[in-house]
Amino acid sequence: MNLRALQDIVHQTREFRCTQTIPKLTVAEREKLIRQYHPDYREQAYQTIRFGPNAGDRTVRELAMLLEGDSPIPADFPLTPDYTVDVLVIGGGGAGCAAALHAHAQGAHVLLATKLRLADSNSIMAQGGMQVAVAPDDSPIQHFLDTLRGGHMKNDHQLLKVMVEEGPLITKWLIELGVLFDRSPDGNLQVKTGGGSSRARLLTCSDYTGLEIMRVLKDEVLNQNIHVLEFAAAVELLSDEEGTCTGAILRDLDNKRFIVVAAKAVILATGGIGRLHIQGFPTSNHYGATGDGLALAYRIGAPLVEIDTFQYHPSGAVYPEQLVGALVTEGIRSEGGHLVNAKGERFVNELDTRDVVSSSIIRECQEGRGVRTASGRVGVWLDTPLLELEHGQGTLDKHFPAMVRQYERFGVDIRKEPVLIYPTLHYQNGGVKIDVNSETPVRNLFVAGEASGGLHGRNRLMGNSLLDLMVFGRRAGLAAAARAKMIAQGKLSLAHLERFRAEARKHGVSNQVISPAILPAYTKTS
Amino acid sequence: MPRCETNMDTTETFQKDWALEQEDTLHPPMVTVEIAGKVYQVPAGITLLKALWYTGHEVIRGAGCLGGFCGACATYYRTKDDPKVKTCLACSFAVEDGMAFSFAPPFPARKAIYQISELQDPKQDLFELYPEAPMCRNCNACTEACPQSIDVREGVWRAVFGDFKSVSDMFMNCVMCGLCAPVCIADIAPNLVAIYASRVQGAHFTEKPKDIEARIKAIEEGQYEKDWERILRMSDEELQQATVSCP
Repeated sequence: MNLRALQDIVHQTREFRCTQTIPKLTVAEREKLIRQYHPDYREQAYQTIRFGPNAGDRTVRELAMLLEGDSPIPADFPLTPDYTVDVLVIGGGGAGCAAALHAHAQGAHVLLATKLRLADSNSIMAQGGMQVAVAPDDSPIQHFLDTLRGGHMKNDHQLLKVMVEEGPLITKWLIELGVLFDRSPDGNLQVKTGGGSSRARLLTCSDYTGLEIMRVLKDEVLNQNIHVLEFAAAVELLSDEEGTCTGAILRDLDNKRFIVVAAKAVILATGGIGRLHIQGFPTSNHYGATGDGLALAYRIGAPLVEIDTFQYHPSGAVYPEQLVGALVTEGIRSEGGHLVNAKGERFVNELDTRDVVSSSIIRECQEGRGVRTASGRVGVWLDTPLLELEHGQGTLDKHFPAMVRQYERFGVDIRKEPVLIYPTLHYQNGGVKIDVNSETPVRNLFVAGEASGGLHGRNRLMGNSLLDLMVFGRRAGLAAAARAKMIAQGKLSLAHLERFRAEARKHGVSNQVISPAILPAYTKTS
Repeated sequence: MPRCETNMDTTETFQKDWALEQEDTLHPPMVTVEIAGKVYQVPAGITLLKALWYTGHEVIRGAGCLGGFCGACATYYRTKDDPKVKTCLACSFAVEDGMAFSFAPPFPARKAIYQISELQDPKQDLFELYPEAPMCRNCNACTEACPQSIDVREGVWRAVFGDFKSVSDMFMNCVMCGLCAPVCIADIAPNLVAIYASRVQGAHFTEKPKDIEARIKAIEEGQYEKDWERILRMSDEELQQATVSCP
């Protein structure tokens, strides 16, 4: 049947749905739903890691392959440095830029290497906003409790306390750099409600929050004359005889040459893993989100945490085909948009946490209450026209200009037509274990942003990623610069790689996979 | 007819459970496009970027966020029989039969270097930093080149007249693809003028929010310390139920 005809039920049931209140699930109900339907609980998608710091732990097959993969660098690779710096930042997204700017401000000689262009990242796509407890009825502790409950109580308390307490400070920094957050009529920051949060706490720049922040940060990195190497992907870290991190080997993607960087401190800000298409899911992530930092950190001996859990954002586009996997902002649900199955029914409180909402969408579809597109995909409706009716004509254009444009390009008018959505692979909840200064158990190796783990527990709340990037990017930058002042440049060696390869041989691992992946393989070869 | 492999392989595996054996899915209609001067057949309706992958091009420069936000895939295209060359973002624009396209190369526009907090008279400083900004000759090529439909020419004039507030509103959806710069006969890089005006608007001409200062002070003065002590000692069960009052 034609999709437009199937939409009728959404229009017909709207009035009734508006009279409904769907309660949020109790803790017990949540756990039951998630265990039954969340992709994190699909046993066949997982395997046990055979060696290295996380030997014996379970993770998804795609990540296990990456972690057990071999380095592209031969043992006898000549390690004459092309660059010698205080701080090497790997990654040019939100965490990388924040780290580079703060390290530079402390007087450190910084090199920022990124495998795409500066600011090409997931950060730039963040639409929903940044959670900061600034409202009078809110507090950092309330933010702490909301995040903890969203993360199934598995969040690292110390990391989380740091994030919620430094939110206001980092927001002030962004405002001083010229970031234009939405304001209320009294001049204070406007706050919106996000899924899983008990208070209105989201700071936004319409639905271009990440774009606005990244435009400003990129401009500022250039203003500070920080040395930036674009299209330079990190492929191996370097260590001295004691196992501390002393630099990295990059690969110039333009001329394929290797670049050796000696650094007193290295900050990995390489982001997430969506482009490995865990369990075959489409993803909302950028082109370079291939989890490179996880592989690099793992080989040098840094343990990972919570790597068996990923976030599947409830609303990935299912139609039109060109948008598959792309994100439909959670803001629509924040402002009252309903999720509706093929029978015209609501089936979850739309502002429950992401894992709960995603699990319930998967349930609806598995039990035959999803809507199929001509290309065989399945999803449920997100009632966007409702916002126009509830909050007045022009609401979508005013609050969600990016989304209106995104669909308009393919002839879909979201003011009049609901959109089809299905969970899309969005975020890696875990990552490299860090302390409150963003340092890993491997000395002089720092990790900030999505590549790090522990802060978000087993499910990240909406709006906490932008905050994480800024707060821990700053912390990593400051700590790395301070460390660089205290120490001399260590020796460059591949001793850790020799140990890693010996372990791999011992466990009979030769999966022929070279990691990191750098970019996904989408090019059709024949 | 080749099988449609425009979706990522893995996506296809995942969707297999649901896939209907529909003719349209397995054998999509094909269209003819010209990429950087060579002719190829690609499935109808896919994005320009997917058409590049489909035809065996390895893409390194030219792909970024894949969501229409970063401007990495700025592309020139022309539709069948139309002399007009237009612009789009290749990640979020669909091919059509007879279309010709190629990536826009990086353009070495000059970016002015400034310390945002140290600007004394930022509206006047614009003319020092970007002396070419007032030289606009109203050709409107920048506006026509913008894949985001921003009225770029108007924005440059508003910057020149010191209406930075309007510039910041108008350019909120600017993805910094830079396609407005190479077409400018006065050598203005409008996107760089706009980010300057927008940052200045935020840093110099927007009231500082009082709530945030108050909250920073409250945290620094330790107003939450007692609650933290209580909270951090709790078990998970207690934390699940815990409430806090606001000081």
